[in-house]
Amino acid sequence: MLGMPTLPPPAPRGVGHLRGDESFPAAARHALADTQLRANLGHATRTIRAKRASVVAELPDWEELREAGRQLKVHTMAHLPDYLEQLEAAVTARGGVVHWARDADEANRIVVDLVKAKGVDEVVKVKSMATQEIALNEALEAAGVSAWETDLAELIVQLGHDRPSHILVPAIHRNRSEIRRIFLDEMGDVDPDLTDEPAVLAGAARLHLRRKFLSAEVAISGANYAIAETGTIGVVESEGNGRMCLTLPKTLITVMGIEKLVPRYTDLEVFLQLLPRSSTGERMNPYTSMWTGLTPDDGPQEFHLVLLDNGRTQVLADAEGRDALNCIRCSACLNVCPVYERAGGHAYGSVYPGPIGAILSPLLTGVEDNASLPFASSLCGACYDACPVKINIPEILVHLRARHTETYAEEHRAPSAEAVAMRTLSYVMRSPLRWTLALRSGRFGRLLGRRRGTIGEVPLPVVKQWTETRDLARPPQQTFRDWWADTHSGDPS
Amino acid sequence: MSDAPASARDVVLGRIRDAHRLAPPPDLPYEAIARDYRRTRSASTDELVELLVDRLVDYKARVRRTTPDELVATLAAALRDQGVQSVAVPAGLDAGWLDGSGVAVRRDRPADGAGLTVAELDHLDGVVTACAVAVAETGTIVLDASPDQGRRLLTLVPDYHLCVVRADQIVPDVPQALALLDPVRPTTMISGPSATSDIELNRVEGVHGPRTLEVVVVTSSSDSGM
Amino acid sequence: MKIGLLITCLADAMFPDVGRATVAVLERLGHTVAFPAEQSCCGQMHVNTGYQKAALPLVERYADVFAPYDAVVAPSGSCVGSVRHQHGLVARRFGSTGLQDAVTDVAGKTYELSELLVDVLGVTDVGAYFPHRVTYHPTCHSLRMLRVGDKPLSLLRAVDGIRLVDLPDADQCCGFGGTFAVKNADTSTAMMTDKMRHVLDTGAQFCSAGDSSCLMHIGGGLSRIRSGVGTVHLAQILAATRDRPYAVDQAHATTLEGRA
Repeated sequence: MLGMPTLPPPAPRGVGHLRGDESFPAAARHALADTQLRANLGHATRTIRAKRASVVAELPDWEELREAGRQLKVHTMAHLPDYLEQLEAAVTARGGVVHWARDADEANRIVVDLVKAKGVDEVVKVKSMATQEIALNEALEAAGVSAWETDLAELIVQLGHDRPSHILVPAIHRNRSEIRRIFLDEMGDVDPDLTDEPAVLAGAARLHLRRKFLSAEVAISGANYAIAETGTIGVVESEGNGRMCLTLPKTLITVMGIEKLVPRYTDLEVFLQLLPRSSTGERMNPYTSMWTGLTPDDGPQEFHLVLLDNGRTQVLADAEGRDALNCIRCSACLNVCPVYERAGGHAYGSVYPGPIGAILSPLLTGVEDNASLPFASSLCGACYDACPVKINIPEILVHLRARHTETYAEEHRAPSAEAVAMRTLSYVMRSPLRWTLALRSGRFGRLLGRRRGTIGEVPLPVVKQWTETRDLARPPQQTFRDWWADTHSGDPS
Repeated sequence: MSDAPASARDVVLGRIRDAHRLAPPPDLPYEAIARDYRRTRSASTDELVELLVDRLVDYKARVRRTTPDELVATLAAALRDQGVQSVAVPAGLDAGWLDGSGVAVRRDRPADGAGLTVAELDHLDGVVTACAVAVAETGTIVLDASPDQGRRLLTLVPDYHLCVVRADQIVPDVPQALALLDPVRPTTMISGPSATSDIELNRVEGVHGPRTLEVVVVTSSSDSGM
Repeated sequence: MKIGLLITCLADAMFPDVGRATVAVLERLGHTVAFPAEQSCCGQMHVNTGYQKAALPLVERYADVFAPYDAVVAPSGSCVGSVRHQHGLVARRFGSTGLQDAVTDVAGKTYELSELLVDVLGVTDVGAYFPHRVTYHPTCHSLRMLRVGDKPLSLLRAVDGIRLVDLPDADQCCGFGGTFAVKNADTSTAMMTDKMRHVLDTGAQFCSAGDSSCLMHIGGGLSRIRSGVGTVHLAQILAATRDRPYAVDQAHATTLEGRA
């Protein structure tokens, strides 16, 4: 009955926000020159790193929690069909409706149809990575429905006609003066005497959104987790915009990736400790909301859960890469990443920036559609240490680099210059004689840089990339092996 | 097998099974998952109260301590100090708690068709509730929509939330709190007032939820150690 | 104890004094070290750039060449990290079970210099003399792949005459990252600039580390801006004595011609 298994498809092209317009190095070049962005990012990541470090240090069992989190995720991914069916049954039993979406287009269609059926032309939204991934707002807009982002940072991004640059704090690239300007220009009902005090700006957002909250008929959210055993969905947040959306409208539509499952309610004892501390650097985020289907007289009386694939099943088929699905979207890896700190989130081209984005985006789209991302890392390993579920991001980056070079080799008759160089180097290095001769020839490099003793800018490919900003030491007169032969030739070796 | 086109559900589940066959996942039974973190810590009531209060204050909640005998007076004082003149209360809140407080009390009785509307709640100054459980280590108050806590919107729309926590409701940590909760009840965990850190990572208290959270911790005289 | 020396391709070709210094420290402590000339490279560059199959012959060679030794030492946290964490990966993908076993065996006895000195040989004071102001950059692979912890610092603290100053944000990557430095040259340079700023803020005369590659990067930047601050490998500090002091004037050029 079972045929040959086929590789599940990647997230389709032409819809959603998983692919950038430029390669990472090109996009990073613009970002690095933006002094405001650099200052904002430096300040913000430094602040949140310190907060996270202090609350993590409070828990003596942090490493045990991380290990439990990792194992829970590994277990869940191995039993995903069972848990998804269990979730579906539990949600349905409590009055919810479960929808399945193969990809972004299908998920968008499902949500648009549900909203249109309610006859409304606006919805309120809780910040959600999944709905950004599939570009749901754009799909709603195309159908004549205004989608209001209610998270403060998302509101700043939306009003600024901008793109989010961080998973947790999407407007991390904006400072208070820029935010004040955006509010003055774009918020119709704002007080013209608005100052740039964060409390005043937050107050303006409260006023601006309150009317929408109190009158909205339909809300759209994501999910931080769903409990297979009970059908319970959870959203963690800080501002109360989540509670507003999850509680006041008559209809709630939740879009979640199929990987956001947790087997049992008890298991939240692990994730509710790992997530806030890793994410905002708080012991607990201000608000966590949990609901199970419908409750008479309390909250929405119609609930739809959309389960989204959009390339996730292809990630699951990559034995070395699939741990990327274990991500709980805390964004700790972004805040500790020296590359993210300097290049910012937009350089990654996808809604998933930073180290997790550098693996998750290419895994979801197929490596060739995001081929520069696995290389956007110095492999320093800070992300792996910070990850609350111990995703070995550096190892997956290295794996994806191999997937890229191997795919390139399969698809092209002529090898890349880099592949030729690597193979040649391997050919030389595997033979002691060839390697010794190559080292001796390296001394020709001494012809360069005779005056200063180091080598300055050299206009050759690769060497140029190095010497544009760094001097290169002059090759020595004598290699180590020649010195050893001179001084230790009688030694046994 | 029928010839009908496969449903999205069948396709997605089929893809997962294909993925598992292409790259068999490690076998890790649920029961074998390592849970070496703390799950059964104990602490004296005094310690729990101290820790909870410390954490609540740290995240900018207001805290008052009182005894059962003084509770009514403490609540009245809190409402007076906040300048509250009208409050919503859930259907099952102890009717005596707000005796003599002088504020207008609106009881939310949705089951009897007498639920407060969003517009009505928006015009009230505050809300007074009990709680289901409190977590000392994280400074968290948990509401589970029991009769003395009410519907979720009750503690969301008014700008001031006054919450009563009995000392015996405080547990040390998150695992012990979850063990006491019923997953199918709508649950709200509250740790300090509504806040945002979206502007330059500066924490600002008070966005959409109640901008002021005030917690009254009730210790019996034997708990307080005095 | 039969100690094999993995001198690393970079030190062999570009920074032979780091190799000579490694030999000098171990010989001074009374150990005999051997340099098997059949060695070349650990293959890390190939693996990290996506050419795992091209790394296979290098992985095989490494396991073969160093099998006979009780311990293998390299003056590089990064190359030791590759031996411990990447050789197994390459062997599992492309090699025989025999190779997988050989790789596991040799990885288990391969040490970064500070690990060998402190953990295996049990010394922290190696009798060195280095009368200079030094700051230490704990390279990422030593710090997070090998978890060498404060072993290098405990060795440096025992050096006579040294003035060791803390490096702010020491755990931040310098931006080298192998081919990252050329593939993402702009971001790499931005990271290097911050590292250099912190080094310069310490007022140190030397920035020290346990990896020639990171030092080549940081030192290349410090040289380009004519900072006058040099880079020196941990092994070079530990090798210096009152009788054979480190040649300061040569430091920033990193080549050590005329010193033999």
